[in-house]
Amino acid sequence: MDILKFITAGSVDDGKSTLIGRLLYDSEAILVDQLEALHASNRKNDDGSIDLAILTDGLKAEREQGITIDVAYKYFETDKRKFIIADAPGHIQYTRNMVTGASNAGLAIILIDARKGVIEQTTRHSFLVSLLQIQQVVVAVNKMDMVDYSEDVFNSIVADYKVLAGKVGLKNVTYIPVSALKGDNIVYPSAKISWYTGDSLLTHLENVELEIDDTSAHARLPVQWVVRPQTDELHDYRGYAGRVSSGSFKVNDKVTVLPSGFSSTISKIEFYDKTPEEAIAGMSVTVHLTDNIDISRGDIIVNSAGQPQLSNLIEADLCWMDTRPLDTTLTYLVQHNTKTIRCKISEVLYKVNINTLEKDHAEDFKLNDIGRIVIKTAEPLAFDPYQLNKANGGAIIIDSRTNVTVGALILRQAVD
Amino acid sequence: MSKYRLDYLDELEAEAIYILREVAGQFEKPALLFSGGKDSITLVHLAMKAFRPGKFPFPLVHIDTGHNFEETITYRDEMVARIGEKLIIGHVQDSINEGKVIEQKGKNASRNALQTVTLLDTIAKHKFDACIGGARRDEEKARAKERIFSVRDEFGQWDPKRQRPELWNIYNGKIHKGENVRVFPISNWTELDVWNYIRRENIPLPTIYFAHQRDCITRNGQLMAASPFLNMDADDKIESKNVRFRTVGDMTCTAAVESYAFEIDDIIHEIASSKISERGARMDDKVSEAAMEDRKKGGYF
Ligand SMILES: Nc1nc2c(ncn2[C@@H]2O[C@H](COP(=O)(O)OP(=O)(O)OP(=O)(O)O)[C@@H](O)[C@H]2O)c(=O)[nH]1
Ligand SMILES: [Mg+2]
Repeated sequence: MDILKFITAGSVDDGKSTLIGRLLYDSEAILVDQLEALHASNRKNDDGSIDLAILTDGLKAEREQGITIDVAYKYFETDKRKFIIADAPGHIQYTRNMVTGASNAGLAIILIDARKGVIEQTTRHSFLVSLLQIQQVVVAVNKMDMVDYSEDVFNSIVADYKVLAGKVGLKNVTYIPVSALKGDNIVYPSAKISWYTGDSLLTHLENVELEIDDTSAHARLPVQWVVRPQTDELHDYRGYAGRVSSGSFKVNDKVTVLPSGFSSTISKIEFYDKTPEEAIAGMSVTVHLTDNIDISRGDIIVNSAGQPQLSNLIEADLCWMDTRPLDTTLTYLVQHNTKTIRCKISEVLYKVNINTLEKDHAEDFKLNDIGRIVIKTAEPLAFDPYQLNKANGGAIIIDSRTNVTVGALILRQAVD
Repeated sequence: MSKYRLDYLDELEAEAIYILREVAGQFEKPALLFSGGKDSITLVHLAMKAFRPGKFPFPLVHIDTGHNFEETITYRDEMVARIGEKLIIGHVQDSINEGKVIEQKGKNASRNALQTVTLLDTIAKHKFDACIGGARRDEEKARAKERIFSVRDEFGQWDPKRQRPELWNIYNGKIHKGENVRVFPISNWTELDVWNYIRRENIPLPTIYFAHQRDCITRNGQLMAASPFLNMDADDKIESKNVRFRTVGDMTCTAAVESYAFEIDDIIHEIASSKISERGARMDDKVSEAAMEDRKKGGYF
């Protein structure tokens, strides 16, 4: 069985949490004691029915305010698939939490309130989904019960969204009319929306094809830890532990270690008590090389035939996530794979205007701003452009005064 | 299934190993909190896969309430001897003797709440900067919100409104002096995943997880193991029942379930068809709607 990780997105109050609650409720993934707690809670809908949003709105502050503040992770499975759901907040103030959930998602459900249509936050989240390259998008036009399940309303929102999808560059988009509150088209198809002939949301989630990160992509293994038992019997043992982030390595493969540039050959791959011939993307293994070279945490082992870019001046998209604005004179830390080094944002090329999606000249770079910058790092980073290899193209910026993660970087290309 | 996609258990395993190695790489003095329950036993197994043939780059730490199931302690000591790793024990009794906490009185007295103080003291005493724990997001609604690297302030407090962004698989473990990070490598596992993994890997468990005969009393609708630690009165009727435990904690707050699951396959079947959650058997979560969140804010795991 495989796992589909997906996230909800869209503006505040579009019904994301209610939709997840409905999905879990109707697929009978809620246990009796949780159900009891649900019934006992005093947060009820206007019509007196239970508020399904509190299944994911687990924090006191969220229940008090009736909004989502941080991502909630929920787990359920059907006969077809296992699902890891990240229910994200819609409020602009918590965009960083949405980005947190979105960074690992393979699919995004973007909700749109049928009464409101495409609004600024729909655009912002769609832009982020595109930036992070989430493969699959479902646009769930919600609250169809409030617009008499009107096909015209649905069609006009679909038409608007198609324009947006074209602008932000989203490809695989599926449109589903739903009512999270009433349960139309979430798990069960709805008689009230008989004009819609596509799948219900759950059926779609169960069957949607996910792209496979195949081995032709270049092999990368960021070194996390060097295993050196230094006992008498394992005196010369030296293994490089890490998780293959993309591609695959085989015994006898020619590899290069970056940033040093030394080359060697894989002599053995270990996984605890096994010695597999091949380590594919996603596997956490320990690798041995034929040559004794100096390798430590922060280095990356790559296949010699397909090397990443190596540079200390890189163009990247930046998503700013801190209330203190970006300071281009300040030294920050950048964490890429297992390497954390000093850096500066040496230049801001432009900022994206979320309403028009046009590139604006940037005077400053504040919370929730997204744009293109140039980063200068204290040592060269061995990265792949995110659009070619997500696993080796993302990085974070840390403010060394507060230690907080303040920026998400989508690395694009080396500046020569 | 494609040859180039991992099966879900392999994927969860690889992710957990990756997180354990990040802890090793990023922190000076990490520790693995070992409760004797199945989740922390799973963590120890994952640590073997992450670091062997080397030693663990951290000790195991057990916060001992003194109100243990004997079987857990036996298991703990055997396991530590088998794997040859270091064990540090923090005793709640010591915190009581030192006057740092006061033993609760009355019928529902439990040391569960007291252990947070012992935990924080143990962290301070050994200057641990990261503590690995076996909490899972599917357990409870506040846990469902927590990051994999969860930063705690000097007082051990979790601030759910100020969690750091956590992107891709890049975990930011940078902290100021005095702060520490709680790390949850099996955040994304469900109870059933843990059991399927234990079965697949043949991991031995304390016997209390399997059905056995035991003297119990019924308290607040739940079956509690009769023990000298449970304050009993005349209304409490001791009955012998066929039970097992779904989670293992302090004896005074861990409820049993009636069960005839003698083998791991029976347990998996039982959980898959269960209508009650694992935490439904924990009295500590029943106190209020936000019981877990409040305890976490106070430094609890
Ligand atoms: N009529 C109607 N109301 C809905 C529907 N879905 C959600 N709602 C209501 O919309 C309100 C907001 O729902 P939530 O699920 O909390 O919205 P959200 O998108 O999760 O909001 P944030 O997470 O704070 O961004 C609640 O009052 C819901 O009952 C629907 O399909 N029809
Ligand atoms: Mg919500």
